[in-house]
Amino acid sequence: MRTLQSRFDILLAGVGGQGVVLASRVLAAAALKAGLATKTSETMGMAQREGSVTSHVRIGTQVYSPLISQGQANLLVSLEPAEAVRNLAFLHHSGWLLVNTEAVIPVTVSAGLSKYNDDKIKAYLAAYVGKDTKEERLLLIDGSKLAREAGSEKTLNSVMLGAVCGIGLLPMTQGVVLETLLHMVPPRTAEMNKKAFNLGYEEINLRLADRGGQCINTN
Amino acid sequence: MKRLIMGNEAIALGAVEAGVEVVTAYPGTPSSEIVGTLAKMAPEYGFYVEWSTNEKVALEVAAGASYAGARSLVAMKQVGLNVASDALMSLAYIGVKGGLVLVVADDPGPHSSQTEQDTRVFGKFAKIPVFNPTTPQEAKEMVIAAFTLSEAEGMPVLVRPTTRVCHGCASVTIDEEKLKKNGVKKEYRFERDPKWIIFPRLSYERHQWLVAQEKKLAHDFSASPFNEVISLAWGHQDSACRRGHLEKLGLITSGVAHCYAMEALERLIPAEEASREGTALRNYAVLKIGTTHPLPADLILDFAADVDRILVVEEQDPYLEEAVRNLLQLAGRSNKVLGKETGDLPYAGEYSPDLLFKTIYRLSTSGAAWELSALSGQKRVTETAASLGKAETAEIPVRPPVFCAGCPHRASFYLFKEAAKGRDAVFTGDIGCYTLGNAPPLSALDTCLCMGAGVTIALGLAKVEPNRPHVGFVGDSTFFHSCLTGLVNAVYNQTKITLVVLDNSTTAMTGHQPHPGLGISATGAEAPAIDIATVCTALGVKYVRQVSPFDFEDFKKTALEAMEFPGPAVVVAKAPCVAVSKSRRKYYIDQGFCRNCGLCLGKIGCPAIARSKRGTEQGGTAKPSIGHTCRGCGLCTLVCPCGAIKEVETG
Repeated sequence: MRTLQSRFDILLAGVGGQGVVLASRVLAAAALKAGLATKTSETMGMAQREGSVTSHVRIGTQVYSPLISQGQANLLVSLEPAEAVRNLAFLHHSGWLLVNTEAVIPVTVSAGLSKYNDDKIKAYLAAYVGKDTKEERLLLIDGSKLAREAGSEKTLNSVMLGAVCGIGLLPMTQGVVLETLLHMVPPRTAEMNKKAFNLGYEEINLRLADRGGQCINTN
Repeated sequence: MKRLIMGNEAIALGAVEAGVEVVTAYPGTPSSEIVGTLAKMAPEYGFYVEWSTNEKVALEVAAGASYAGARSLVAMKQVGLNVASDALMSLAYIGVKGGLVLVVADDPGPHSSQTEQDTRVFGKFAKIPVFNPTTPQEAKEMVIAAFTLSEAEGMPVLVRPTTRVCHGCASVTIDEEKLKKNGVKKEYRFERDPKWIIFPRLSYERHQWLVAQEKKLAHDFSASPFNEVISLAWGHQDSACRRGHLEKLGLITSGVAHCYAMEALERLIPAEEASREGTALRNYAVLKIGTTHPLPADLILDFAADVDRILVVEEQDPYLEEAVRNLLQLAGRSNKVLGKETGDLPYAGEYSPDLLFKTIYRLSTSGAAWELSALSGQKRVTETAASLGKAETAEIPVRPPVFCAGCPHRASFYLFKEAAKGRDAVFTGDIGCYTLGNAPPLSALDTCLCMGAGVTIALGLAKVEPNRPHVGFVGDSTFFHSCLTGLVNAVYNQTKITLVVLDNSTTAMTGHQPHPGLGISATGAEAPAIDIATVCTALGVKYVRQVSPFDFEDFKKTALEAMEFPGPAVVVAKAPCVAVSKSRRKYYIDQGFCRNCGLCLGKIGCPAIARSKRGTEQGGTAKPSIGHTCRGCGLCTLVCPCGAIKEVETG
C-alpha cells in the first residue's frame, strides 16, 4: 500500500462480457470503503455485446470529471491486448500497463474485414511503455490461463484485480479489494473468485519481487 | 450514509426519499436501471412499479395516478419521449396534482441511441421546468426538488440526466430515515373538476398560465441551489484582473460538461501560472446552470456583468448558447458569447475533459507555446508509431458489438437469408439487439428507423414494389411497444409482408426487463402472459407460425411458406436469449477433418469461432477453433462442408 496521492486514475479496458464493469465497481467500492472519494464511468447497453468496452475509475479527494483525460491514467488495465493499444492515449507517461495476453479475436477479423496481429500488438505495447524509462512498467500476464486454473474463464476479471493489487500502487490494500470483490460476486462463485484473485496477485507480486521490488518503491 | 451507486440508482433513491407512490417506464439505455432499481425496492417499501407497454402508456399511467394526488415518477430514454410527447404536450396545459417527475435520459455520443436529440429543447417546447444534473448526487437531489416543485406549481417537471451521469458511479449520501417514511401509505382520491378536461377554451387559458409560470420560475430559479457561480480567481491574477489588466473568461456550463470544464480549468490554471507568460494569463469564472428551463435570467445577467467573453459549455444542442445570447442582446449587453455557433465547440458527439482543455486553452492564450503535458497521451501514441517506423504497427482490429455466441437472432437471420436466396428480398429492421443483424458477415438488415418501423417501412415498400418479398424483423418487447398498430394496418389494408417476431423472452438490449408476453411483472410477481401468436391471429393474420430458429429445417421451411403466403404472415421465432437461459451443449472443430475453408468464420459471424492460438494448442495450424463462449446452438454445423464441427460429449 502506498501513501495516497491526490488522485489515482485507473482505466479498465476489455471486450463486452469479460466483466470490466464489475471490476471497476469493485475498485471504486473498495476505494470508498477505504475512505476515499471516487467516481466511475462505464460502458453499458449496445457496446456490451462483444464490443470494445472501457470503465474509468477515478480515486481521489476531489474528482470533477467521471472521465479520465488523455495522458492521465496512472494505471491501464486491459483484459485483452488489442484493447490495451486502443486506449493507450489515456496512460500517463509514468503510468503502468497491465495486460492479459490472451487475444479475443473479433468477428470482423474472422470475416476478413479487419486484422489482428498478436505479436505486433505486444511489441507495440512494449515499445510504448518502455520507451523512455529503464523501469519496465508493462506487465503482460496470461490471466485467462490463471482464470481457467481457478475454475472458469469468467473469473478473468478477478485474476486481473488480484494482479492490480500485486503491483502495489493502489491507494487501498488488497484485503479491502478482495473483501469487496467477494461481496459483489454471486456467493456460490466466491471461492473460485478468491482463488482467481490470489493467482493474479501472486503472479505479479512474485514477478515484481524477482526484480528486487524496485517497481513497488518507485513512482 | 454514503454508498457507491450508479447515477440511475441515485435517481431511484431520490424518488423513494421523496415518497414516490407510482413508478412507470419503458426500458431504454441509458435510463433502464432507474426503474430496475425501483422494481427491486418496491416490495419492501410498498410503492407501485410497472414496466409499461411503451413510453406514452407510461406517462399516461403516471399522470392518472398524479390526478388522484399520488407522487409518480416516469422514466425513459430521449427517443422514448418522442413516443410520449403527445401526452406530455397536453399534460403541460392540464397540469398535475401529485408531484409528477419525468426523468428522460439523453445519450450524447450517442452510445446506444438513434439520435443525439436534446431533451432540454423538448422541455422548453412543452414549457415545463427542466433540471439538468451534473453528478449522481445532484441527480438525486434534483429528483427530490422536482417532486416538491411539481406539486407546488401543479406542473410536470422534467429531470434530464445524460449517459455519463446515469452510468457513472459515485459516493452518494442516502437518507435512511426518509427512505423508511416511504413505507407509510396514504389514501388518494380523484376529485371531479372541469380542469381535467382539455378543451380549446381551457387550452387558451392554460397557455396564458404556462407563460406566466415560465416568467415566475425564471425569477425563482435565479436563487436555486442548482445554479452556482464558481469564481476561479486567485492571488495576483485576481487583483490584476480587477484593475482591468486581464480578461476574465466566463463559462456557462450545463450537465456533465460542467465537470469536464472544471477538470480542464483545474489543469489549465497551474499550467498558466507556471508559464510565466503574464500577458497571456486569464481569470475564469464559471456559472453552472442546473435549471435549464426556464433560465435564471437575473443570475445570468449578473454573471455576465462580471466577465468579458462567455464560453457556453453544453453537450448536444446550442440550447443555453442561443438563450444566453438572446438574453444579453435584450438587456443591451456587449459580452461576446462563444460556443457551437461560433465554431468553438462541436455540435455533435460527446464532450470530454480533453476537448474542454483544448478549447479553453485556445481561447485563453495568444499562441503561447508551453508544453502541454496533459495533451501528451495522443502525441505519444503518434510518436511511438513513428519510432517503430511503420504505420501499421499499431493497427488494431475494429470491434463493434455483435450477437452473442448462441444468440437465436443469428440463426433467425441466417436461415431467413438462406430461404430468401435469389428473391431479392428486403429485410426491414427495428430497435433492439437484432439491429446488430445489420453487421457483416450476416449483413441481414436493409433498414432501421425507430421502434415499430420494422413493420411499417415494409408496408410502404410493399405497396410500391409488390413483386418483391418484404420481411420485417422486430423483437418481442418491441412487438408490444409499437408493432400492433402496424400489424392491424397490414391486415386492414391487405399488405403482403412477412413479420418475424424474434421472441427471445426478454427485453435483452436494455438489460433483460420483463414484458407483457412473459407472465411476470416488473417486481417478478406472476402476471398474465399475452401470447404473441394468439394476438396476431386475433388481429386477423391468416398465416401465423411459431417455431424455434434452432429447428433449422423447420424454420427455413416456415420462412419460405411465410414469404410465399399471399397476405400478411407472421413467424414467431421463439428461443430464449442466451443471457437468461442455460446451455450445457458445446461444439468443437475436429482439426483432423477441418480443411480450413473458413466458411464457419465468414458466413455466420459467431464470436466463439476464430483462428487463434487456441487452435494451434489444440493441434491445428491456425485453423478455426471454438472457444469457451460456445453455447452449442449448432448453427455452424450447417455451414461446415467437411462435417468437422462436432458436439462435445458431456457425461
